[in-house]
Amino acid sequence: MNKQFKWTKWMTPVILPVFFLIIWQLAAVKMDNRMVLPTVSAVLSILAEPTAELVSIGSLIRNTWISLLRVALGYLTAAMIAIPLGVFIGYSKRLDRLVMPFLSLFRPIAPLAWVPLVLAWFGVSSLATMMGIRGGQYYSLLHNIKLSMIFIIFIGAFFPILTNSIYGVKNVKQTLVDSAKTLGATRREIMMKVLLPGALPSMVTGLRVGLGVAWMCLVSAEMLPGSLAGIGYLITHAYTLARTDIVIAGMICIGLVGGLMDFLFCKIEDRWFRWQKLEK
Amino acid sequence: MIEVQRVSKVFHTEKGQRVLAVNDIQLEIDHQEFVCLVGPSGSGKSTLLRLMEGLIEPTEGQVRVLGEPVRGPRSDAAMVFQEYSLMPWRTVLDNVTFGLELRQVKRAEQKKQAMALLQRFGLQDFSQCLPYELSGGMKQRAAIARALAVSPKILYMDEPFGALDAYTRYQMQQDLIDYWVADKRTIVFVTHSVEEAVFLATRVILMSPHPGEIVADYAIDLPYPRNRWCDKFGAHFKEILQRLDEVSRQ
Repeated sequence: MNKQFKWTKWMTPVILPVFFLIIWQLAAVKMDNRMVLPTVSAVLSILAEPTAELVSIGSLIRNTWISLLRVALGYLTAAMIAIPLGVFIGYSKRLDRLVMPFLSLFRPIAPLAWVPLVLAWFGVSSLATMMGIRGGQYYSLLHNIKLSMIFIIFIGAFFPILTNSIYGVKNVKQTLVDSAKTLGATRREIMMKVLLPGALPSMVTGLRVGLGVAWMCLVSAEMLPGSLAGIGYLITHAYTLARTDIVIAGMICIGLVGGLMDFLFCKIEDRWFRWQKLEK
Repeated sequence: MIEVQRVSKVFHTEKGQRVLAVNDIQLEIDHQEFVCLVGPSGSGKSTLLRLMEGLIEPTEGQVRVLGEPVRGPRSDAAMVFQEYSLMPWRTVLDNVTFGLELRQVKRAEQKKQAMALLQRFGLQDFSQCLPYELSGGMKQRAAIARALAVSPKILYMDEPFGALDAYTRYQMQQDLIDYWVADKRTIVFVTHSVEEAVFLATRVILMSPHPGEIVADYAIDLPYPRNRWCDKFGAHFKEILQRLDEVSRQ
């Protein structure tokens, strides 16, 4: 009885993907046009050898790695600015009134809409040009990280992190602040010992959502001129070569990596912020 | 010990209306008194308590504690709130040590004092629990322990048992009185239950709403522990309740 229960628990999340793969395979065989829809096996054979060189643009692993590096840079920059800013906006009503109407104008602008401006500003300059490196072992890596891409990813990650940080600080119960005050907490102590820990779960949610959006912005960022590597580049390049199987393999990589990152964040939320879900 | 001198407090609503929460309050509370502020909602009892504690500033008049004007929360006063006010991310022990932590007391000493208080309130086995694992009554015990940890001369309590069920409430009242009788300090306690007030207080202040004003001041000279079914208790209860009825009907 118990064993059977575990089995169904394990099976349930697998049902839809398996069903999906079967439909896909049937459709691909029926259509018999690998440019429109390659077979499951064709895509799997690419995924099975992630280190193999693909149509002269490097392997899946290398491209994923470069993409991850770009996302990490844009995302960490966004987090480093958005979290402190969010805390101060959440804390100070005046700062809120000063900054938020202005920032709200930028929020609805899709990261992709920045592309023309970003290209005009940064062109194809990369971390390598910024740091004045013209050769050597890190050159190709640093040269692959364009400022324009980092900016697009930054824009994508910035707002979810900012709004969740503000929300987190504003939503700390007034009673908690008052009780800290009555126990003699200074403004600084209220900030460090009440508002920050109270807002932390919400910040982590913001970081999780922000990472998802940053990862989604990646493909658009890697379509920018000057891009010579990355999962997004792999997809667009494979598309121009009509290699739909590689396109799909790239999409699956994006899905897997994004899903994994989200999963890790959920684990962190469960592990450290259990109190928030259960507190009423 | 506490002198409230002609204090008024005006709040501004979001629509810009002025609301006179308490009007021209004159009140003196002595050392070791247990004072209950009773009144219907809108009578400004919580506002008055917050004014005494220094969480809010009076619009007019001033509050003095031990001769000094109150400007912000004092280190020799502590407060217990109606809502659960424990930090949900801290264990019960770390909640109780919070005030000591702010006073830079050594960690070992913090723990020692906090554990003694948890023992006193029957929470010693729950010191490592997070607040959500506790029942409502236990949370309020922990909140009282946290307030007492800083050894306040004055304890302000804002309907601390308001959210509890009747039985837990009785239990908590009894425990509070036991604590107070053993270790007398000044307590100002807000409640809307006349019964609770007569059971606990040495003195009951009755307030009327719109605007909040003091309408009566009763001394309750019954010995502790009190029982709720003796005639003298009933007489006090009836007298105050009658007046409260008149006040709320106005």
